Amino acid sequence: MGDKSAYLIIENLTKKFGDFTALEDISLEVFEGEFVCFLGPSGCGKTTLLRAIAGLDIQTFGRIEQAGRDISRLPPSERDFGIVFQSYALFPNLTVDRNVAYGIENRKTPKPEINAKVAELLQLVGMPEQGDKYPAQLSGGQQQRVALARALATAPGLLLLDEPLSALDAKVRARLRREIKDLQLKLGVTTIMVTHDQEEALTMADRIVIINEGVIEQVGTPEDIYIRPASPFVADFVGTMNFLPGTAGTQGHVKLDGIELATNSSTNDVGPDEPITICIRPEDVVTRGVTKDTDNAVPAVVDALEFLGSFYRISLHTQGPARTGFRADFSINLMRDLDISEGRDVVVSFPADLIRVYGEAFTHSDETV
Amino acid sequence: MFTKIFKSLTVAFVSALMVLGFGVNGAAAKTDLLVYTAIEADELAGFKKAFESDYPDVNIKWVRDSTGVVTSKLMAEKNNPKADIVWGLAATSLMMLGNEGYFQGYAPKGIKKLGKLYYDQTNNPPQWVGQRAWIASVCFNTVEGKKYNLPIPSTWADLTKAVYKGHVIMPNPNSSGTGFLDVSSWIQLMGEDKAWKYMDALHTNIARYTHSGSKPCKLAAKGEIPIGISFAYRAAKSKNAGAPLEIIAPSEGIGWDLESFAIVKNTKNLAAARKLADWSVSKKAMVIYNKSYAVVAMPGIAKPVKNFPPGILKKMIKNDFAWAAKNRIRILNKWRDKYDAKSEPKKK
Amino acid sequence: MTGTAALATGLEVKEKVSREDWIMRGVLLAIALFLSVSILLPLYSLMSKGFQDKDGNFTGFANFSEFFATPALTYSIFNSLTITLWTSGIVLVLAFTFAYGLTRSCMPFKSLFKGIALVPILMPSLLPAISLVYFFGKQGIISSWLFGYEIYGPIGIVMGEVIYVFPHALTIMLIAMAMSDARLYEASEALGASKIKTFFTVTLPGMRYGLVSAFFVTFTLVITDFGVPKVLGGKYNVLATDVYKQVVGRQDFEMGAVVSMVLLVPAVLAFFADRIVQRKQVAMVSTKAVPYVPQPSKGFDMAMLGFCSLLGFIILSILGMAFFASFAKFWPYNLTLGLNHYQFDLMDGGSWASYFNSIELATWTAIVGTVMIFVGAYLVEKSKGFRTGRAAMQFLCIMPMAVPGLVLGLAYIFFFNHPDNPLGFLYHTMPILVICTVTHFYTVSHLTAVTALKQMDPEFESVSASLKVPFYKTFRRVTVPVCVPAILDISMYLFVNAMTTVSAVVFLYSPDTTLASVAVLNMDDAGDTAPAAAMGMMIVFTAAGVRLLHAILTRGLARRTQAWRKR
Repeated sequence: MGDKSAYLIIENLTKKFGDFTALEDISLEVFEGEFVCFLGPSGCGKTTLLRAIAGLDIQTFGRIEQAGRDISRLPPSERDFGIVFQSYALFPNLTVDRNVAYGIENRKTPKPEINAKVAELLQLVGMPEQGDKYPAQLSGGQQQRVALARALATAPGLLLLDEPLSALDAKVRARLRREIKDLQLKLGVTTIMVTHDQEEALTMADRIVIINEGVIEQVGTPEDIYIRPASPFVADFVGTMNFLPGTAGTQGHVKLDGIELATNSSTNDVGPDEPITICIRPEDVVTRGVTKDTDNAVPAVVDALEFLGSFYRISLHTQGPARTGFRADFSINLMRDLDISEGRDVVVSFPADLIRVYGEAFTHSDETV
Repeated sequence: MFTKIFKSLTVAFVSALMVLGFGVNGAAAKTDLLVYTAIEADELAGFKKAFESDYPDVNIKWVRDSTGVVTSKLMAEKNNPKADIVWGLAATSLMMLGNEGYFQGYAPKGIKKLGKLYYDQTNNPPQWVGQRAWIASVCFNTVEGKKYNLPIPSTWADLTKAVYKGHVIMPNPNSSGTGFLDVSSWIQLMGEDKAWKYMDALHTNIARYTHSGSKPCKLAAKGEIPIGISFAYRAAKSKNAGAPLEIIAPSEGIGWDLESFAIVKNTKNLAAARKLADWSVSKKAMVIYNKSYAVVAMPGIAKPVKNFPPGILKKMIKNDFAWAAKNRIRILNKWRDKYDAKSEPKKK
Repeated sequence: MTGTAALATGLEVKEKVSREDWIMRGVLLAIALFLSVSILLPLYSLMSKGFQDKDGNFTGFANFSEFFATPALTYSIFNSLTITLWTSGIVLVLAFTFAYGLTRSCMPFKSLFKGIALVPILMPSLLPAISLVYFFGKQGIISSWLFGYEIYGPIGIVMGEVIYVFPHALTIMLIAMAMSDARLYEASEALGASKIKTFFTVTLPGMRYGLVSAFFVTFTLVITDFGVPKVLGGKYNVLATDVYKQVVGRQDFEMGAVVSMVLLVPAVLAFFADRIVQRKQVAMVSTKAVPYVPQPSKGFDMAMLGFCSLLGFIILSILGMAFFASFAKFWPYNLTLGLNHYQFDLMDGGSWASYFNSIELATWTAIVGTVMIFVGAYLVEKSKGFRTGRAAMQFLCIMPMAVPGLVLGLAYIFFFNHPDNPLGFLYHTMPILVICTVTHFYTVSHLTAVTALKQMDPEFESVSASLKVPFYKTFRRVTVPVCVPAILDISMYLFVNAMTTVSAVVFLYSPDTTLASVAVLNMDDAGDTAPAAAMGMMIVFTAAGVRLLHAILTRGLARRTQAWRKR
């Protein structure tokens, strides 16, 4: 991304509601034409940040610059953005055409030009020939397309999407997700989307900003975030992760239930035998072709199988005294080939380059267990 | 501090109102004369017409209510009077208001022709001038009387008899001029102590007290209650309309008061007010007064009125207006404390 | 963290106030100014009057000690409370049962009964009272039904008040019942609970806020009503008639102010209690409930039909009696029909001019009031920032509800007739009646507007700001069209109430601005009961006509906007 210039610069932004600090000292740059997702659990402050960028809820401290212009104090009407809300916020008494034309009509554009522009926009969002309908006559997905067309009508420099897909059902959501991404690429409009859905963020974003309790946890590409989560919170929030209690070993090694495992993750800041958390994603646990002699081999016992459609999630525990429980995702053909069933002994391996080590003990939330 | 905020707020509000297009109606070419009166509404149109035919440049605007109400209204507006002239209000009320400095003296043209009893003798020029007397009377519904087997009463004392319990109604003197002249006349006739004892006895027979002085007779006319203490004009009028009424002037003597007028001190329409004053003592006016009232201020005019009880004029008491005006509030307060407090007649 | 240093020294960001924000604040301020002048300052004048003697000297609590030393006045407190509690008790039972029949039974003619039940709203409270005289007065057709008791007194007042407040209580009950959750009933049924047990464990608890709210509303309406006790009070004094007597009958304005304040206390208490309950009720509804669908049950349905028919019959008889009495030539001696009672110009205290004045007042009130109240509610709900200003405005909008009409009217005399008041020119004019009436009925209309506005997507304003469309365009193009049903409701409410109200305007009318409702009062006062009934009927006809018009407009609108209104 280095070749692009920063389009939106947020510096030391803090938002307080009375005594409650919703955002604390946020600094962030968004590049021209980039698609950025704010991802975090509900109440983390991601929507607050979006509204501060829009000027709908102005920050308490800090500075925002858009396209070289300091917009920190400006009301929304003097900023340059289009916005789409989860609720669509379409004007119910206006037809689709008039909704889309709402922003352009105010600019003294000649009528034929407006109509042409509206038709073009509706074409763009895949809703041609629907201009005469009222919002109530459309499905949720269609309404959100109209809202998108309306937001894009004034050709804003910045497109803000506030959980645009959360109110839709799964199938529509998946399709619209792709379409919005394609549209954004086509138009090249700098876009910020707020979501609590990691899948949405991973598939759509150029970069993801993980926010937790008003603080940025990590900024990075989807791969970065998934493979190299910067904190246990990120590891826990994005994807599924095993959090296993262990101790630090010699340089580049950790100990899990008496077994020493090599790791590429840095263990520099913890002394030997200090408690650490060893993380590995269930899908990274290998068993095909693993023997006791394989690197990072861990002998384990199968506790339970959970069929999840395209794969099985297996619960296992180590064979050492701690009997540490962990999970692994095995494909169906692997299950067949190796004849894995409850109570069987298996040997698995935690690949050194996929192990993440965090210095502190961590209790993860239930959903990811 | 408050006044300052108050002023700026109200000034801002006035300007806002102007912008919103509120405005006061434009003035007409005629002089509008705001006249406060307690004269019965059915007579007012006639007076207005007669006066305005003589003085076409004046337009009378009536504010009519019962005596007590008009008096209270005038009292309330003491600091900022609205009325130009008070006309046809009890002399006692006018005297009381006059003591507060409400009026300016004026001797209407031809006042010398009036009987001396009928206008202000303490001030020169007089502050109030009487027009005609209204006289207490008792209305008795003969149909209802028969139904309840009631004898026709002929004295005030009769009304306290047990047989009339719950069948008598009278106006509340606190709001009605007629009510007050009854109370005032009883006190003047019997003396304070006996009069209050009389009212105690009467109170047990009274079904309820009304707000207006004409209502008791109207209720008697409709048979809602058999006996209504009211005044002669209303009684005669109801009887003329065909109500089964016997009109009684109790033999002990009956109270009366003068319908009078007085010009308000700082009126902006002094000339017009004086025109009405002049007209009100004219012979023409006196003749109109006499259409419904038997006693008018100019001697030698009055002719008997249909259906007034016979001999009613001789029964009028010698009324001491000055005493009544001076004691009005004291009497009314005492009356209120004694009779207005009753939540319900204790036993039926 | 590197940022904390910057944080500590950083200056708070002050939003730039846009031109639009200034417009919003300006309009908001103008309406707040209106309310300050129309309620705050008059109330202040009233309060200070209570602590002054006749000449305006400050006398502390002297007037209050006089009040409490005058048994004639203190009796009235007990009397007021007595009739209020009786009325509330009776109305709650009747309205609850009626609403229960309408929502929980399968009886026929439900909408007809609902329509009949709402008829008293169209009457000035004097009218049912006058009607009761024709039923139970000495010459009434069924006076013997009172077993020798008199209609003039507490019995009559309670009867009149019950009819007067019934529709108000019913409306609240209907809303509360509509909100109860069918799933609770299914659960109760599945657990094998009997109907009676279900009633006590599900229905009543679910209704508790509705009941409490209905209680407070009837309480306030009755304790501040003066029409019914004026006609039927007899010797039975209540606070509301005392205010009138003190002021109109006895020129004692200071004592009138004191009685007003005494009257203000229960009204304000009931008001706050109701606000608290309302808030709780809202919290209760937020969960998604399934509407209850009644099952036919012959005996129960018939019982409910019988009950509703009886009440409907009583309400219609009250109206019908007033109607008949207004045409009967000389009750009770000559019952031939004629129009002579409609010749208002010949009556003490009435005239056709007052009828047309009322129409004028109602029209202005509806127009001015609807515009101001809706715009005010919009700004309170949707403007940004300016928190204290909006909170103050919200308070001002809610305040009128706690102030009884009589108190408001009296306060206006003190305030607008003060010689130093530059607004004095308004005294005795139509505008002051409009201002007073708009203010008197401000709160309910405001709450209606707020409810409608709250149902709109809060992001409409954000979207239009992002599209750089000024708020007033969006207000005109979207907010108003979407809220048209609520706007029609508000204007009808204002119109009907301006037609029927007596309490506040009775102190404020002038010879040029006499009103129909006041004429009813004055004609009844003068003993012209039949013409009073006739004028009352004119009010009912007019109010009913407007209601009909409203129904037609609403229906037509619903058809026209069917395409975009959600099913």
